[in-house]
Amino acid sequence: MSKLDSKIPEGSLDQKWTKYRSTIPLVNPANKRSLEVIVVGSGLAGASAAASLAEMGYQVKVFCFQDSARRAHSIAAQGGINAAKNYQNDGDSIYRLFYDTVKGGDYRAREANVHRLAEVSGNIIDQCVAQGVPLAREYGGLLSNRSFGGTQVQRTFYAAGQTGQQLLLGAYSALQRQVGTGMVTMLARHEMLELVTIDGKARGIIARNLITGELEKHFGHAVLICSGGYGNVFYLSTNAMGSNATAAWKAHKKGAFFANPCYTQIHPTCIPVSGDHQSKLTLMSESLRNDGRIWVPKKKEDVEAIRAGKLNPNQIKPEDRDYYLERRYPAFGNLVPRDVASRAAKERCDAGYGVNKTGQAVYLDFAHNMKYKYGKMEATKKGIQNPTEAQLEALGMDVIKEKYGNLFDMYEQITGVNPYKNPMQIYPAVHYTMGGLWVDYNLMTTIPGLYALGEANFSDHGANRLGASALMQGLADGYFVIPYTIGVYLSTEVTRMSNEKDKADSIDKVKTKHPEFDKELAEVKARIDKFLTIKGTQSVESFHKRLGKIMWDKCGMARNKQHLTEAIKEIQDLRAEFWKDVRVLGTADEFNPDLEKAGRVADFLELGELMCKDALHREESCGGHFREEHQTEEGEAKRDDVNFAYVAAWEFKGESNFELHKEELKYENIKIAARSYK
Amino acid sequence: MGSGNEQFLNLTLKVWRQKNSKTAGTFETHQLTGISTDMSFLEMFDVLNEKLIHEGKDPIAFDHDCREGICGMCSMFINGRPHGPKQGITTCQLHMRSFKNGDTIIVEPWRSAAFPVIKDLSVDRTAFDRIISSGGYVSVNTGNAQDANNILIPKSAADEAFAAAACIGCGACVATCKNGSAMLFVSAKVSQLALLPQGQAERKERVLNMIAQMDAEGFGNCTNTGACEAECPKGISIENIARMNREFIGASLTTPNK
Repeated sequence: MSKLDSKIPEGSLDQKWTKYRSTIPLVNPANKRSLEVIVVGSGLAGASAAASLAEMGYQVKVFCFQDSARRAHSIAAQGGINAAKNYQNDGDSIYRLFYDTVKGGDYRAREANVHRLAEVSGNIIDQCVAQGVPLAREYGGLLSNRSFGGTQVQRTFYAAGQTGQQLLLGAYSALQRQVGTGMVTMLARHEMLELVTIDGKARGIIARNLITGELEKHFGHAVLICSGGYGNVFYLSTNAMGSNATAAWKAHKKGAFFANPCYTQIHPTCIPVSGDHQSKLTLMSESLRNDGRIWVPKKKEDVEAIRAGKLNPNQIKPEDRDYYLERRYPAFGNLVPRDVASRAAKERCDAGYGVNKTGQAVYLDFAHNMKYKYGKMEATKKGIQNPTEAQLEALGMDVIKEKYGNLFDMYEQITGVNPYKNPMQIYPAVHYTMGGLWVDYNLMTTIPGLYALGEANFSDHGANRLGASALMQGLADGYFVIPYTIGVYLSTEVTRMSNEKDKADSIDKVKTKHPEFDKELAEVKARIDKFLTIKGTQSVESFHKRLGKIMWDKCGMARNKQHLTEAIKEIQDLRAEFWKDVRVLGTADEFNPDLEKAGRVADFLELGELMCKDALHREESCGGHFREEHQTEEGEAKRDDVNFAYVAAWEFKGESNFELHKEELKYENIKIAARSYK
Repeated sequence: MGSGNEQFLNLTLKVWRQKNSKTAGTFETHQLTGISTDMSFLEMFDVLNEKLIHEGKDPIAFDHDCREGICGMCSMFINGRPHGPKQGITTCQLHMRSFKNGDTIIVEPWRSAAFPVIKDLSVDRTAFDRIISSGGYVSVNTGNAQDANNILIPKSAADEAFAAAACIGCGACVATCKNGSAMLFVSAKVSQLALLPQGQAERKERVLNMIAQMDAEGFGNCTNTGACEAECPKGISIENIARMNREFIGASLTTPNK
């Protein structure tokens, strides 16, 4: 019998959430005031959850490591947010969004969760617009939509290339409003370093004030981990420099199962690596694939001439270009899902067609649509007959500028190359992690009272996330799911509180004076002191880089048994070396960014091993997880639904010791099928 | 990937070092060699910190996070200009190809009474959060919203609101202003919400409260020098300040007891 109970409600798929929502026990307003909730992370999931819970009357404390809640990395999301509004009258529906998401996730997500996500998607747009989020509009004043990969309808809402920024600032303003009313206590520049559990329930956290270095004890009746994903295990990723797995990993080591850690999303359109100094990779939004065509030269001699700087790609004739996505996947073309597009780029580059010095870049080219789609359209509008090529280019350029201006500027800043005149060079990079803390339908982890929301949980994206779905999930969890589902647990807390109201040592009276808090605080202090006393020779950064290289080379876009086995050993060795030879300077009682980073890298060094173990055990290819041993003759992923249609949830048993638990995935509404975009 | 014209620079760096908000700071000089023109400015700082750690010296504290110009966390005052010599970008987007071999680069924190130094190049900008808490929102609880397309918003109004909403809250406007004024930051939020139908109900209260909080935080006033607009990495227009002044006068004259 599995230890995992997903708590999916009974009933037909489209009624589960509606019915369940109406039957969840309520917490009366007077009792809400005496319940405290801790929220770790202030991105879309954290900020929206904190604001909503505070509006309902709970006492909320929010923690983030940045200097303000507004910095959370949700802010960097570019392209958009999906919602099944069917404003475009193109056949969209809740069912279709649900279906696309399950299929896009390569049939490795939970049906009930995904359907709920699709159901609330429309409410999110309503909420954000009501907050004053300036989403893009048509001339008639209605909201505008665009297409994203893996779908054939226009359901993506956006704000130029800064959708995440605008949505986050909306959630942030709702959060700051509650800070103003005193319902939320905001603790910026604080980092959660331990979860405190008492009698098996989450009861609070140990956090470090990053400015003074002081370790603090914080009590909560529930703790919400909204700390994002763990893509920075790879060192180079599109994540922010500070994005880390520490909160989730500490929770895991305290008993929360970690699900599907090997499912990582490699985003196909990022600016390629320029050299060893590289500290992060920058995404170029997937929305660019609406108008950009991806290609490499057909002839090896053209590749060599380009690399030698003797040939400009604009001079290569159309018939000498290999638009490989259009060739391999005619139905979806350049709009295939991310995992498919990334692997196809790798395939061409591995075959020797990469177009930069490192051989790891392909072209994303706007010239065709700039001239012949938008240029012609504008010329017609302006009544220009027989426009010249130069006129078409100029007219089209204005449209491209309006649509993607900020992305093109960013590209030019980073590369020094003008993308209006030259095709962009792009290559896949680590972007998002579908895996995360295992949660049930209520978003509760295997530790009672501990929840995980947004990218920090595993629930909705299966083995591959479709574009514009991360913002949707973060806000769905925070605005429209947790405010209801937290009541399931907190109502039992109310009963317990009333039973214990005459008990002098009840947790509600003792709170952080409970000895468990002191014990955990002492352990955190010992860990910090350990970093400072090793006094080794190598920087934290250098260990992080080495870990990243192992992960990218052996647990990246393509994986195999031999490499994964090697990687596990290499990571174990690297971790041992870290704890012997890391050099962390300064003291514990001051602002010390390098000390913060040491803690995060120490956790990555453990998580990386689990990712490889998960990847090794999953003897199939699905979504972001591609095992070279499991592919068709054409090089497409080969899933194994007979043996692997389950969520792999790992229990921490001790160093390098994880026990696998399986949650079977049942598809009752969607016929599980081979995932084809041809 | 880089421009294909990679060169290597030797540089002198004069960097502000300050242990904490209670101690006085000073400039420290560092020599760097072989800095690739393809590096970002912050990657150059990574190289410097790696060198310092290797030498057993305390690395330089500086704020940064997304490194793609959107989170607003990075905040260096470079050669007398916030975010360095190029217009329209943050420090993290600045690349070393903007410098020449042999250059001396002076790097300071944001300097403003309302932004106390935490350490070295990191400053405390929580005053901005408190200003937003005082009114930079629409009071709409989760679940209260009507269908998003029920209220039409002309594209021009949505675009103008978006242009103001693009502010990243980095504080360059304050750092560069001789008065240490936060008017560009505050006016961007006031404008965004004043331009949209959703912001109308609280329009007057908002501008009065946000300006009161701005003054309470110790930010200076605006004397129309325009440095904020020139240095804003997101191109926030100074027209927003004019709009905020109009909003403020209108609200002051028509709101009793304020």
